[in-house]
Amino acid sequence: MAKNICTVAEQRNGELRKITYEVISEARRLADRTGGKVVTFLLGGPDIREKASALGAYGADEVRVAASDHLSTYTTDAYCQVLAAGVAKLDPAILLMGASVEGKDLSARLAAALGAGIAMDCTRFDLDDEFNLIATRPMYAGKVFAEVEFCGGGIQVATARPNVMTVTPPDDSRKALVEDLPVTLDPSALKTRVIEVMGDAAGKVDLTEAEIIVSGGRGMKDAENFHILENLASVLGATVGASRSAVDAGWRSHSDQVGQTGKTVTPNLYIACGISGSIQHLAGMSSSKVIVAVNKDPDAPIFQKADYGIVGDLFDYVPVLTEEFRKIKSE
Amino acid sequence: MDILVCMKQVPDTETQIKINPDGTGIVADDIKWIMNPYDEFGVEEALRIKEKLGGTVTVISVGPKRATEAIRTALAMGADKGMLLVDEAFQNGDAYATAKALSEAIKNVPFDLIFCGQRAIDDDGASVGAALAHFLGIPQVSLVTKVEITDDGKALTAHRPIEGATLLIHSELPALLTAQKGLNEPRYASLPGIMKAKKKPLEEKTASDLGLDPSSVGSQGSRTRVRKLTPPPARKPGKIVQGETVQETSAALVRLLREEAKVV
Repeated sequence: MAKNICTVAEQRNGELRKITYEVISEARRLADRTGGKVVTFLLGGPDIREKASALGAYGADEVRVAASDHLSTYTTDAYCQVLAAGVAKLDPAILLMGASVEGKDLSARLAAALGAGIAMDCTRFDLDDEFNLIATRPMYAGKVFAEVEFCGGGIQVATARPNVMTVTPPDDSRKALVEDLPVTLDPSALKTRVIEVMGDAAGKVDLTEAEIIVSGGRGMKDAENFHILENLASVLGATVGASRSAVDAGWRSHSDQVGQTGKTVTPNLYIACGISGSIQHLAGMSSSKVIVAVNKDPDAPIFQKADYGIVGDLFDYVPVLTEEFRKIKSE
Repeated sequence: MDILVCMKQVPDTETQIKINPDGTGIVADDIKWIMNPYDEFGVEEALRIKEKLGGTVTVISVGPKRATEAIRTALAMGADKGMLLVDEAFQNGDAYATAKALSEAIKNVPFDLIFCGQRAIDDDGASVGAALAHFLGIPQVSLVTKVEITDDGKALTAHRPIEGATLLIHSELPALLTAQKGLNEPRYASLPGIMKAKKKPLEEKTASDLGLDPSSVGSQGSRTRVRKLTPPPARKPGKIVQGETVQETSAALVRLLREEAKVV
């Protein structure tokens, strides 16, 4: 019996988020081996059906659309209610979602609602000889990687860490079969609602999704000095992060912290300025594809992990690097 | 308000994690055990709400005997009661089995609010809180950085950061919240607090105390299993970029990032 792979699309304000395509690409790769179908659930406001064709292009065989005013903004209650029923009815072998903020909140509850186990925040998906999912995920903040298998025979639920899985280029000639799901929400079961969306700095990409991060540590010496990193970040289109030292000193907010008790990041490029490289900080950024370190101390542990290092004063180097990046980007 | 705080004892962040010879677990000697930092935010917030509105704070944990130390720390901070679900049957449970055990212990205890940490810093699973909320049939708000109970005590509002924004969420009570860094700065236990904690009630419950079939909890009741642990992928050794001047070194690095690393 072919094993079907189910995914859940993530949308915000009616736009599909990139993690959606990362997950469908993985589902497609797995389904090509199991011989099953990729079925993607798309929940959103009344117009969300328009997005179904994009899902087909990235690899979905079928899209099940649940469109309603109650679903235009994500709430755990409404989404879990609709998906628990929809996924249970489909009874796929595997359910894949993104490990974004919303994805983690929803998947953890949905898995429990389905009586299923979950492997959260995975960096790799494989199949064993019987096409069961083997999910690889970091533990102890990436100090160890665990291969997780499923037991008990239920749906195998896993979430993909953002910006790790490769997105297959879309093929617009691929068409998915689109089905509309009737949305029958029990309003008394909707116990949470979003009252307000308070925007952060306009256009700022979240650290967990940033492709380039420029990060500062104790070597920055002061909150104001972070403006040199903001300048570098703006030339690179990067997001600014911070080590725990900088956050504890009150120079940057908690949400900027990269590390074991902060955020885990997976950028293509991580530039660490004035960061010594404690185990806890490394735990948060060691999955970066390329790491650059600028530090006065030649013995700083960060140089053990960096692909490229500059031993020198960040106050001398960062402004000059900013100019050099500006020049090369205009070539 | 009666508040429950779910707490896990975990290895402290300085711990060098060593995989055991057959790759099935980590080496547990030489570990310094602490209260999961995210759970500590939960304890602190519960205490602040209690101080403002009255009520009780109960800390509940699933773990081996040594976890009583972490519960005592929470009691020393000001929690009123502790409960440890301790039984070989509970051991090595995944998020599903752990949430099941907690829900069985909690379902007969009156509560208005439950705090969990947003994740445990050992398994980084971020799954128990939501599963527990589902088993108890209550709403959840994860990653909260601010909580306010409404004046009528029947609901709360919470700040929840998402990518690029912060949401203000309203939830009916009872509810389960998972605590994120930034919610508060946890207090240190005072010496008088530590002394008082020794006399506060700390119950231990086994699977049979809760009427639980061992096959429904712990490793037997789990829906996932870690079959193998491996060290993280090794990175190739890096290079120190050098030059005669700051200008030269900087230009060299930028060139390498474009031409060799291809990231800019």
